Amino acid sequence: MTPITATPSRSLAVVQVSEPSQVTSPGQIMLRRFLRHRMAVVGLILLTIILVFVIGGALIFSESYANQLALGEKFKPPSLNHLFGTDSVGRDVFARMIWGGQISLMIGIVSVVISIIVGTLVGLISGYVGGWVGSLLMRLTDALLSIPTLVLLLLFSRSLVGNTSTLVILGREFSASVIAIVLIIGLLNWMRLAHIVRAQVLTLKEQEFTTAAIAVGARQTRIIFQHVLPNCLAPIIVNATLGIGSAIVTEAYLSFLGFGVLQPTATWGNILTGAQARLAEVPWVWFFPGIFIILTVLAINFIGDGLRDAFDPRSHH
Amino acid sequence: MVQFVLRRLINAVPLLFFIAILVFFGLRLSGADPVAYLVTDPRISEADRFMLRARYGLNDPLWLQFVHWLVGDDWYERDVTGDGVPDEHGKRLGVLRGDFGESIRYRRPVTEVIGQFLPNTLILGLSAYAITLLFSMGIGVTAALRQYSLLDNVITTLSFVTYSMPIFFIALLCVQLFSVEFLKRGLPALPVQGMYDVRGDRSLGDLIRHLILPVFCLSAISIAGYSRYVRAMMLEVLHADYIRTARSKGLSERRITFVHALKNASLPVVTLIGIDLPLVLAGAVVTERIFSWPGMGLLFIQSLEPIDPSVIMVFVLLIALAVVISQIAVDIVYAWLDPRVRF
Repeated sequence: MTPITATPSRSLAVVQVSEPSQVTSPGQIMLRRFLRHRMAVVGLILLTIILVFVIGGALIFSESYANQLALGEKFKPPSLNHLFGTDSVGRDVFARMIWGGQISLMIGIVSVVISIIVGTLVGLISGYVGGWVGSLLMRLTDALLSIPTLVLLLLFSRSLVGNTSTLVILGREFSASVIAIVLIIGLLNWMRLAHIVRAQVLTLKEQEFTTAAIAVGARQTRIIFQHVLPNCLAPIIVNATLGIGSAIVTEAYLSFLGFGVLQPTATWGNILTGAQARLAEVPWVWFFPGIFIILTVLAINFIGDGLRDAFDPRSHH
Repeated sequence: MVQFVLRRLINAVPLLFFIAILVFFGLRLSGADPVAYLVTDPRISEADRFMLRARYGLNDPLWLQFVHWLVGDDWYERDVTGDGVPDEHGKRLGVLRGDFGESIRYRRPVTEVIGQFLPNTLILGLSAYAITLLFSMGIGVTAALRQYSLLDNVITTLSFVTYSMPIFFIALLCVQLFSVEFLKRGLPALPVQGMYDVRGDRSLGDLIRHLILPVFCLSAISIAGYSRYVRAMMLEVLHADYIRTARSKGLSERRITFVHALKNASLPVVTLIGIDLPLVLAGAVVTERIFSWPGMGLLFIQSLEPIDPSVIMVFVLLIALAVVISQIAVDIVYAWLDPRVRF
């Protein structure tokens, strides 16, 4: 992937300088490219609708309602009382979709923030600084990459089974397993990004502007964070966007296999926990979470695709 | 070339060692007790529990357990009776001497257990992978040749949707449609449990019937991802100068597409195959769970709770070794396909 250097956009600005009102910054060009990507705009709208659902819905249904047990009402098919039916202990699936959606999206975003920070740092250090620290970091990266991600995640999340403690954050009670899952997904998903950033840094290191910065006596941290890092932002942002989608799916897989977020805290993945033995009889328990996961991941993938095109000066769609 | 392969294999030794340490200590530090489920029985006395734990070497310090796993414990005398006096020699030879330990769950050597589950996973995984390659090549090339046509747009949208699906959704949808709904309507339903009918004759036809749904679910998602990739690679190649040259020489479109373009576009696909093929060994955890397919994924999930350390260690190291070997194979194939690449 070519780094976004300032050259192409700047020459564009020079051409248009005769009409000062039309001067476009690189940011504006990217925004325009992004908005011209039809599927990306569809994705943005879709994601907004989902956000309105999980945030707006929370104003109508309380979390205590979403967690309310009603054993006599278990596995009721969708009706006017329960739009999406009820789960294995009679909780309203619709309300759990709302509150679970918040957790699922939160898991996606926070774990990606963690993996972006770790992946970028590892990539920068092993690419720019190198030395034994760099090669040790790359060895770790390669070791983690030679185990399938889901296997790796299951290995570490198995320790959560049986840990039923809860935490209170911002007045809301969470199962502590939420934090653990966020950490596990975040800390075990940075390897590919580290490789991408490292490759980028290795080419940037040899370019003239880095040499110039060294020549004027800039400190190493300044070169890394002011000159090299900004040129790696495009792949990092694209990777982060797509990562949110895969983190949401990953949480769903872990929960499906019984190694994810524990009850009563809802996620899109663990709504179907407790129904594993009879999934064929109660399709609404997996159908609605499945549809919401697909729509969210689809929206995120569209946006990621749009961002990739917007950042890439070579693509002319 | 022999030298190249040897050097790469030697380089992989520290990697495998590193993974072994990571998984061994990671597993045990999480507080898992391999014999916890054996000792919950209240009739078992404290002394028996001690002896049971000692038999599996679980009373030794953790680092010593790792050493025993690696080189065996036949040189080590441990206390089995709980009186503080060492009184029994170990019997294990260690991984380095070809003893991969015993599964606590199955009470059999790990190699035997893996040998029982691995072929099932290969049947499922390799057929799904072959179908993935076949279809994604066809779809990717078709879409690239007709870029931005209606067909291309339909393929793109479909692959985006399929790619965004969690596999349990496709799998459960298939079970619902082809088993539950078909049965309700008296149609010939497809089996959704295991590899053979319980009272069946274990024939090839029976196996294939059981394969249809899991293979379909596994390959649907990978076809979506792979065909996107093939399309992108194909488009990149189709705009290259040598394609224009070939066209100006008056070669047929068929020859240009399949000989000049596809051959070059499949180079990056080789890299992708090299990354994904070894992971077939790990099985498909979620799919095998849903279809009760007795493969490696199911074995892995079983070995997590209650924990079966020897099985997990061999499982992880087997995959890591496959990854290493496949990377070497990719480099060799690359040098063969692309004369510019040298060892």
